[in-house]
Amino acid sequence: MSTIEERVKKIVAEQLGVKEEEVTNSASFVEDLGADSLDTVELVMALEEEFETEIPDEEAEKITTVQEAINYVNAHQK
Amino acid sequence: MSLEGKVALVTGASRGIGQAIAHALAAQGAIVVGTATSDAGAASIAEKLSAAGCQGTGMKLDVRDPASVSEVLERIASEYAAPAILVNNAGITADNLLMRMKDDEWDDVISTNLGSVYRLSKAVLRGMTKARWGRIICISSVVAGMGNGGQSNYAAAKAGMEGFARALAREVGSRGITVNAVAPGFIDTDMTRALNDNQRSVMLEQIPLGRLGQAEEIAAVVAFLAGEPAGYITGATIPVNGGMFMG
Repeated sequence: MSTIEERVKKIVAEQLGVKEEEVTNSASFVEDLGADSLDTVELVMALEEEFETEIPDEEAEKITTVQEAINYVNAHQK
Repeated sequence: MSLEGKVALVTGASRGIGQAIAHALAAQGAIVVGTATSDAGAASIAEKLSAAGCQGTGMKLDVRDPASVSEVLERIASEYAAPAILVNNAGITADNLLMRMKDDEWDDVISTNLGSVYRLSKAVLRGMTKARWGRIICISSVVAGMGNGGQSNYAAAKAGMEGFARALAREVGSRGITVNAVAPGFIDTDMTRALNDNQRSVMLEQIPLGRLGQAEEIAAVVAFLAGEPAGYITGATIPVNGGMFMG
């Protein structure tokens, strides 16, 4: 079983079409990984599915880096 | 057949143009879910599809109600798959001179004809973006471009649809989703059969082709837009009006 961090990074790499080694914890989706606004919406959708959770829009807007995504999932794991 | 296995959702499919669209898509191999405002309407859609040897069914939907929209979308996903094709066809008229128009005549037409496009399109986009393929087709009207006295509410809603299609086409083009509108002129349906002979002859004089259109002639354009060969058309409004308005 992969850790949450590994699973988040794998989804980010798949969704944004970047190499897994580029997906560092501090990487910003938009500034470092080249995501546009629609990419970030799709990324949140993919995280919701992977972790079987619903991320409210106002929370989703605050998830802008890989670490923030990991933190969110960690804080909301069932 | 070009739409083989794709799920198509057609609102307002119990009669007229919507019914013709449902059958045209089904004839291309799509699994069609047609919606109606009543259970009887939904049952009749299912019956007609099955009588034609087509796949699909009818479902009851109130396009003004977000809860009804999510309920139907969940049902479609569990019984078939997420829709790859959405045809926003449901619409009503409540004609009146603006000076006499009631708030509910305005609100009902805007919510049913335009609010529905917002709700339904939003509901299908998740599936379409994941699939990297989708077709959203809005049934507008010639009056969106031409205007028509007594229909300020209807014309506003229809013109709104066309603007919506252009904006959304830009938003989701990178995901292989096209968003277009089809603008019918006067089509031989219950809506136009309600006109008297005088209104009819005045109307025909404005149509270079000298006749009303058939619902099937709208459906053929929708079926084309839904298919693979139309993949490079997005944000467009296709007029199908016998030449009565050339924009």
